[in-house]
Amino acid sequence: MALGTSLRPCGDYRTDYAADTTIFETPAIRYVAVLTVILLLCAPFFCNRYILNLAIQIGTYGIAALGLNLVVGFTGQISLGHAAFFGFGAFASAWLNNRFGVPVFFAIPLAGLLTMAVGLLFGVPAGRIKGLYLAIATLAAQFILEDFFARAEWFTGGSSGAMAAPFTLFGTALNTDKTYFYVVLVYVVVLYLFASNLLRSRDGRALVAVRDHYLSAEIMGINLAWYRILSFGLSAAYAGIGGALFGHYLGFVSAEGFTILVSIQFLGMIIIGGLGSIAGSLLGTAFMVLLPEVMQGAVGLFGQKSPAMIQGLAYLKEMAIGLAIILFLIFEPDGLAHRWRRIRTYWKLYPFSY
Amino acid sequence: MNTSLLTQLIVNGLIVGTLYGVVAMCFVLIYKSTRIVNFAQGEFLLIGAWTCWALLVKFAVPFWLGFPLTLAFMVLFGILLQIVVLRPMIGEPIISVIMVTIGLSMFFQALMGWIFGTFARPFPEVFSTANVTFLGLQIQTAYIMSLIISVVVMAGFYLFFRYSRMGLAMRATAYDQQVAQSLGISVKTVFAVAWAISAVVSALAGVVVAMVSGVSSALSFFGIKVFPAVILGGLDSIVGAVVGGLIVGVLENSAEFVDSQWLHVGNLYTIAPFYALVIILMIRPYGLFGTKDIERI
Repeated sequence: MALGTSLRPCGDYRTDYAADTTIFETPAIRYVAVLTVILLLCAPFFCNRYILNLAIQIGTYGIAALGLNLVVGFTGQISLGHAAFFGFGAFASAWLNNRFGVPVFFAIPLAGLLTMAVGLLFGVPAGRIKGLYLAIATLAAQFILEDFFARAEWFTGGSSGAMAAPFTLFGTALNTDKTYFYVVLVYVVVLYLFASNLLRSRDGRALVAVRDHYLSAEIMGINLAWYRILSFGLSAAYAGIGGALFGHYLGFVSAEGFTILVSIQFLGMIIIGGLGSIAGSLLGTAFMVLLPEVMQGAVGLFGQKSPAMIQGLAYLKEMAIGLAIILFLIFEPDGLAHRWRRIRTYWKLYPFSY
Repeated sequence: MNTSLLTQLIVNGLIVGTLYGVVAMCFVLIYKSTRIVNFAQGEFLLIGAWTCWALLVKFAVPFWLGFPLTLAFMVLFGILLQIVVLRPMIGEPIISVIMVTIGLSMFFQALMGWIFGTFARPFPEVFSTANVTFLGLQIQTAYIMSLIISVVVMAGFYLFFRYSRMGLAMRATAYDQQVAQSLGISVKTVFAVAWAISAVVSALAGVVVAMVSGVSSALSFFGIKVFPAVILGGLDSIVGAVVGGLIVGVLENSAEFVDSQWLHVGNLYTIAPFYALVIILMIRPYGLFGTKDIERI
């Protein structure tokens, strides 16, 4: 599935386990990561609202995509109902805030915990079944939760949707793109670091063992059912936090945003980014968020003369997403993260091939 | 308690159930012979129905010619799809295979929406009479025809797999691909034929449904409804698919009855099969007729 061997240059040997389990593979990667975060901290000062809006979308979806990658890429289970968890988080946060007056600052992590509980519940089948059957069970979960959103007016406001208050910190509302960008950035950094750390731990290795060969993992004393359910819970928690951030950004949550199509997009993100790659989750999300924008630009450039192109823009965007998933699976099944590693190694080792 | 409504709904359920059964059979056919889970099964119905509609309405082709043309188109379509998209997926992990068919489903649904628009279009009249009264029940002619077609297709499947050389080759491939290959069976051909048959029969079902309720993107939801049916019957059992389809059809309509009479929650019609699906998966994941997965180390 994912790459077992990282493409390290020859001569770069690891002599102890501590060196082999650092968060960042090489010091250079660490510097680049820190530099990126610093650059992003400055971004609101010289980016316009359009770019910030896209960045916030990438951040919120990226958190949920990382959650899905934990369950699909690292544990090898298939989930087709991720958008439902994403939506549940958005509704739960709005509900906690509207109904009980919980400040948004606390409502977002609490919504993550609530979604985790739901994820654990829907993960129970994962303790028993796997592969294809699990995919179909999560598909059923998606439809059941979607139905629940439309029905439970006390929770979601039914078909009219729920209002979500803006994020406030010490009495100041962070409701502009500029300020909310920082909120999302903090969450992205914290949650991505948490996931990277998790994978260095005993539990993280157990998840990967379950993916690589579940029978061997069980023989080695790993509690299969527990780790499968745990991975579902974790992924739901990520989706819930991502959804809550998304809901408070839009200021309005409605069930239409969490259909099976969105679940498919989440899967597309991690496949395009790279299954079992943390940085890949973010790369894939960026690809998936930017693709419709690029399509829009392309239609604007070339499609002036044909009204069919402009009218069918929504369909063209969907087709592009479907096509991107298919093409990536056929030509680059390991995703953008792998492609990036190959490019990096190529330049690093030039003019030799290894 | 409204008995006549109940009987009417159950008869409807049986008829829709046979259609589910036919589509589920196509799904199982692909799964059995190629081990690919086809999430784009519903799009086969959609593409078939739109093609037939376009031939009949846009090009004014008579039905007796347009219908076979549609089926011929679907044969080509199924084979091409298998060669271009699915063949590179052989040996890939299950998530990739699932995602490729999901991507296909998304692509074709959007493509059909782009070409033909979102609104449902009525299918041209094929039969002069719309309804027949049978034992005091109103049944649409197209439904009767769908029942006949479904039964004929099912019988055809049975005869094909039982007596034809290709059917035997397909059964052998489903049983063990390597052994089949070493016996001189062209597994490539078997895969292509499986996709072609599946596409054709699904398109047939699509046209039948379109005659009753018009052509629209709602047709592709059949592809999702198939899952409760196949899981109920067992993923690799053709008989199971038919039985599962019937059960899902009846279950849906009785849920509708319970809903309209007592519960009034609404939407139970679409969601009931999924609750059933989850329960079955928990109790008996390999279905009523499926083979239990036994793994050896």
